[in-house]
Formats: sequence, C-alpha cells, structure tokens
Amino acid sequence: MTERLVGLPVSSPLLTIAMVILVAALLLALVRIVRGPTIPDRVIALDLTASLVVGLLLLLGAVLQLLAIVDIAIVLALIAFLGTVAFASLIERRTRE
Amino acid sequence: MIALVTGLLAFSGALLMLIAAVGLLRMPDFYMRMQAAAKAGTLGILLIVAATGITLGSLSALLHAFLASLFFLLTTPIAAHLLGRAAYLSGIRPMVLEDELAGRYHPATHELRSSNAPAASTPGSDRIEETPA
Repeated sequence: MTERLVGLPVSSPLLTIAMVILVAALLLALVRIVRGPTIPDRVIALDLTASLVVGLLLLLGAVLQLLAIVDIAIVLALIAFLGTVAFASLIERRTRE
Repeated sequence: MIALVTGLLAFSGALLMLIAAVGLLRMPDFYMRMQAAAKAGTLGILLIVAATGITLGSLSALLHAFLASLFFLLTTPIAAHLLGRAAYLSGIRPMVLEDELAGRYHPATHELRSSNAPAASTPGSDRIEETPA
C-alpha cells in the first residue's frame, strides 16, 4: 500500500467513470450556486456540492486503496452538515427580527 | 467479480448524484429542488460509501463505511428539514395550488400549529413537528 503512492492500482474502470460523472454533477451544482435566486437555493446547492466532494473523496480512497481518505470524507461531511445547519438557523433568525 | 459489483455500486451512486444535480438545476421551485438534492443525493452517497467499503475490504474499512452511511442517513434529512423550514419562514412560497401551511406558523415564535385556531393563544400546547417541504 505504501510503495504505490502515485500509480493507480488495478481497479474497475467503472470507478473512474463514476468520478467523471460526479465532476459533471459538481459543475451543475455550481451553476445553481451562481444562479440560485434565493439564499436557501444557494445553501442547498452548497450542501449537495459538499456531498459530491465527499463522494469524490470516497471513490478516490477506493481507487488509491487508502483508508485515510475515507476519514477525510467523513470529517468533510460533518463540517458541511454543521455549515448547512448554521446557514438555516441564520436565515430563520434573520426573518424573526 | 467483486470489482464488478463495487464498480456498479459506485456507478449507480454517481448516476443518482448526477440526477440530484440535474434536479437541483432544472426544478422550478425551491422545495422541489431541495427534495431532489436531499433524496437522490442521500441514496447516491450511500451507494458510493458501500462501494468504497467493499473495495477496501478490511474490517476497519467496512466499519468506517457503516458509520459513514449511518451519519449520512441521520444528517441529510435534518439539514433538509431545517433549510426548508427556514426558507418557508423567510417568505419563499411553494408552487402549489393551496398552501396548507398558510397562517399556521406563529409570526413571532415560529411555532407550527396543526389547527386553524388563532396562533397567538397558548403557544406550544398542541403543535406538531412537520416540515413545510
């Protein structure tokens, strides 16, 4: 596992295709972030973007056979969830005042 | 064989997340966009987590995958619920013929009431937890 840090080990080409599809989805979500008419639109697009990046990291961990990347993905998902909750409470509190 | 199974899992998961992104881009209403992103996105990420866990194969990896999928199953609905509630309270109206939530949120305390009774009497007595999504 350690002697093969750069070259990709043998894995299914479907994993690579899945990563390409995830990048395409990432671009679509970015379009919604730029365009989104309201702030909640942008926040939900940001949430989907974060989970797309998490999926990319997980697939990268599967291709590179590195378990540490899965840890990074879990931490990123946690931070994205906290960010979404914080945005939601910010939006709600701003309407209350 | 296992490579084919994990590849198909990852492929279908990525396809579901692409569907979520397309729905996020194409749906006409914020709540429909949120539903597309939350539901299809959750199933997609769960399939990808399963593919990664099976590909790595070790006990530690499977445990990581199990905990990660549990985490996604817990947090994604909560985030969508909070965001939908905040969006409804901030004045975004859903594209429906009849808005059944109209007038049921207390304007000051943001508490949701189930009946059509005036919202200003005894807050918090018989409210129910429902998302506006």
